[in-house]
Amino acid sequence: MRYEFSLEEQTFRQELREWIVSALPEGWDGTGDAASGEDWEFSVRIRHELAEKGWLTLAWPAEYGGRNASHMTQLVFNEEMAYHRVPGRDIFGTRMLAPTLMVHGTEEQRRRFLPPIARAEVQWCQGYSEPDSGSDLASLQTRAVDEGDEFVINGSKIWTSMAHRADWIFFLARTNPEAPKHRGISFLLCDMKTPGIVVHPIVNMAGQHHFNQVIFEDVHVARENLVGELDRGWYVAATLLDFERSAIDYAANARRTLDDLARAANEINAADGRSLAEDPGVRRRFAELATEAEAARLIAYEVAYLQSRDEVPNMEASMSKVIGTRLVQKVYAFGVELLGMYGQLRRGSPYAVMDGRMLELHLNAFSATIAAGTTEIQKNIIATRGLGLPRG
Amino acid sequence: MDPGLDETQLMIRDSARDFLADSAGSELVREMESDPRGFTDDLWRSIAEMGWLGMIVPERHGGAGMGFVELALVLEEMGAAALPGPFFSTAVIGATALTRHGSDRQKARFLPRLAQGDLITALAFHEKAASWTPESIEMSAVKTEDGWRLNGEKLFVADAHAADLFIVAAHTETENRVPAEESITVFLVESSGGDDIELTALKSVADDRLSAVRFKNVSVLPDGVLGEENGGWRVMRDMFAFGATAKCAEMLGGARRVLDMTVEYVKGRVQFGRPIGTFQALQHRCAEMAIEVQAARQLTYQAAWRLSEDLPAEREIALAKSWLSEIFPRVCAEAHQAHGAIGFTREHDLQIYTRRAAASRIAFGDARHFRETIAQSLGL
Repeated sequence: MRYEFSLEEQTFRQELREWIVSALPEGWDGTGDAASGEDWEFSVRIRHELAEKGWLTLAWPAEYGGRNASHMTQLVFNEEMAYHRVPGRDIFGTRMLAPTLMVHGTEEQRRRFLPPIARAEVQWCQGYSEPDSGSDLASLQTRAVDEGDEFVINGSKIWTSMAHRADWIFFLARTNPEAPKHRGISFLLCDMKTPGIVVHPIVNMAGQHHFNQVIFEDVHVARENLVGELDRGWYVAATLLDFERSAIDYAANARRTLDDLARAANEINAADGRSLAEDPGVRRRFAELATEAEAARLIAYEVAYLQSRDEVPNMEASMSKVIGTRLVQKVYAFGVELLGMYGQLRRGSPYAVMDGRMLELHLNAFSATIAAGTTEIQKNIIATRGLGLPRG
Repeated sequence: MDPGLDETQLMIRDSARDFLADSAGSELVREMESDPRGFTDDLWRSIAEMGWLGMIVPERHGGAGMGFVELALVLEEMGAAALPGPFFSTAVIGATALTRHGSDRQKARFLPRLAQGDLITALAFHEKAASWTPESIEMSAVKTEDGWRLNGEKLFVADAHAADLFIVAAHTETENRVPAEESITVFLVESSGGDDIELTALKSVADDRLSAVRFKNVSVLPDGVLGEENGGWRVMRDMFAFGATAKCAEMLGGARRVLDMTVEYVKGRVQFGRPIGTFQALQHRCAEMAIEVQAARQLTYQAAWRLSEDLPAEREIALAKSWLSEIFPRVCAEAHQAHGAIGFTREHDLQIYTRRAAASRIAFGDARHFRETIAQSLGL
């Protein structure tokens, strides 16, 4: 037992922090919307720097030019990047598609797709959800008709993050409508410039354009862009990826926000002339959330620890996501409440406190308990796979 | 970062699990709840033979010289078994106080007996104010020609009825007006069996033998001071730190057992023609309980590890105890809902834990107490 990072991990954290300080502008408070405007350009610039440092592919095996970093080192990286709100990490390329290709891709696919991901030259997006297939993803209806040398795709993907920035999409489509639902799906790659693809923006209630709907109308995808076997795409997508899956980002985001809010609470005067920080109700709420943040952090650490022992932490990863996503929602909602009348002011508004960040985080965080497996789906996993309760 | 148990630790945990399954089932727990002493000599002897009483006592004083983490693992299993008796008062509080603050003479005199099972200790701290502050101590210790004279009443003293040695915090008279925390002295008071120490049994939710203890002109020799004269608050803080963390370990074991009982119950209970564990409403309750217990384990081990390593642990202890104090009662409440009416009956084991949760959530500091430490750690 040891609740401390190794010397090597601590040194890496220090090196990373120093780089972060040099890479970010003074007083950096995070991007507003990493997918748009100047923030996007800054994101891309940081990503190139990460690529040059070799940190973008920290987790990749050495044979693909990675650093073969341990799960704990990956966790340290993700924790620091999240705490300091550094943009530029590439979830879809480096952490989702690349490991999938390493396991299921052909030699040709790896040679073609991995190096541009490592060099931060290409933005990928993920086409899984559909308008009628959310939690029940395996019911997806986008059709890929096998025409020998190519597939012809028709259908629609939705909630596709970054599709409007993406060069390529990896997606699931139904290649065999006759087979049981999990067994007729294939995993395909497609250039977003292919004729027949149309991207419709979906703007969320924070006013941000992060999600999209992607329409496929007679889109032709070459057969060489099929990953893994035909009709086995569900299992390709569900491959237990050996990359860090602790979900430490949520706990790190929450800690950062609590630290920021504590500073604000010390400075903001309540009506009676005392600081907000002196209010017992405020102190209580801070303490409760800090306790939950520590709980979430340690659960995330345990996921990485289990992975480092080659165990498959299905239940623990679900626990981490449930507690972490709920935590950030609570913390951001608390932040908005703490700011009182100012809590309603948007980024850029006159008189906005903390540049309207709390409101923005709060409104954006509604997606956290929905995306990548809802809280309800995670609890199903905990109950059935973890606790062994019978399926309904 | 390694939240796992090493081989020795696994062995300790497993032997505790096995021993308690054999020797301390829920029948014994029930029997002891109405027993005047609350434990049996047989059980106490066996526990001593397992080497658990002297676990954190150095080897040269007859103990096993192990770390606090190892003791916490045993306590977790004891919490799961709801083991009755003065183990906590003796092997955690007594052993911590004497090992960390005793003079060489005090250690040599008391620790070997404690480790062998021949000395039961009890902490007499709380008074009417019932808080964890030095200001709450009114009991006075007056210096006499041949030592000290103690007068006052202590409340909520666990295991006083069985104690051979009381650890007593008293207010010592000082020349100048000094802050309360610089005028507390901790005394070791041997139970003489005489009428200068008067016990009144309290009836408590966990049936865990709490007493009010009145000290009437009790004489203590000069070498009965534990730690330094007027330096008792440091000793107390230390006992609170280890006590709160040890309590977390016990509560963790209890919460874990309640989760296991609930999972088993909903798997077996059939309504509407199917096990109720197939219903998502109950599955999700169980999942929430499992998350709370998982976090409880990590928070507890982190605090225990830091204490074992002699690292600053104030914040980590506060996080652990405030979490455990919240989730143990909540896990029990969820378990009751899943069990339906049977869970709140006396014949069912669940209520054993519900009542212990009510006691342990306040022992060594409730969530409210520790939240202040946490708020301060955020710079508020």
